[in-house]
Amino acid sequence: MTTLLFVLLAGLAIGSAIALVVQRNPLYSAISLIGVFIALAGLYLTLAAPFLAAIQIIVYAGAIMVLVVFVIMLLNVEEEERKPLRMGYLTVIAILLAAILFGEAGFILYFIGNSPLEPLSPNAVGNASNVGLTASIGTGLFTTYLLPFEITSVLLLMAIVGAMTLARRVGLRPTDLVIPGAQTLTRQTLDPKAIGDATEVESSTTAEAARVLGLEGVPRRREE
Amino acid sequence: MPDVSLSWYLALSAILFTIGVAGVIIKRNAIAMFMCIELMLNAVNLTFVAFSSYFRDVSGQLFVFIVMTVAAAEAAVGLGIILAVFRNRESLDVDDSSVLKN
Repeated sequence: MTTLLFVLLAGLAIGSAIALVVQRNPLYSAISLIGVFIALAGLYLTLAAPFLAAIQIIVYAGAIMVLVVFVIMLLNVEEEERKPLRMGYLTVIAILLAAILFGEAGFILYFIGNSPLEPLSPNAVGNASNVGLTASIGTGLFTTYLLPFEITSVLLLMAIVGAMTLARRVGLRPTDLVIPGAQTLTRQTLDPKAIGDATEVESSTTAEAARVLGLEGVPRRREE
Repeated sequence: MPDVSLSWYLALSAILFTIGVAGVIIKRNAIAMFMCIELMLNAVNLTFVAFSSYFRDVSGQLFVFIVMTVAAAEAAVGLGIILAVFRNRESLDVDDSSVLKN
């Protein structure tokens, strides 16, 4: 049963990973990546780690992928066009290095197969332990690994500040309406009185567009 | 059917990591490369969890917890950089942004 489950989930993970690389549309790649995350969450469950399985779904498939999909849709990414490969003589070197890599992998697998040390299987009967349950993870996080935990919180704070600094545009006032990604606006989106006027204006903010159009003094926020 | 052993999980992890590396090398779209990096992080997480549950030690799972936090921070900052680059060059192709200036 466990073996069947492993094969199914591993197949799903590998298939989704290959689809992730092969797809040309980034949105389809993102959906394939969610497939990998869900398969890995299932594998964590078979490894008796239910807490990490839940966190995998919530943080990865939930938070991170929503961010990625949001950016993909925000930037309106088009499909990659096919380009010729840049490799020339590098192909020969690549094949040689790949052969060495496969040799090393086979060597390691041979030694793992002959290893006398066989760890406890979490799936065998009578091997139940509390490793992987929320209580044991919480205990470890707040006793032995308290310092890494605190450093992680500082890291998250730095990430928030860094992301805000990167996303901020210079010289913007809080009342300016920013349309990310869109560089061309129509006049009617900027001036409430000019409905039906689809003249295009190069800009990244409403304030800039207003200046181009000579609409200084018009309220910058659209009343909804 | 044979029982699932530790080496199966390690092999699966190695395969996923290799696919991720190949994706980073092959892809030219910045967001697709970013997703391949996430795939590599997840492959490593799988080895951590496998070792942790086979050796009955919770440390590996705590490490996965921290790796996930770092991945979340990386996602926020990385996507911010991608947005900033797109704003300047109107392209996500990494070949178009081979120079840091401008």
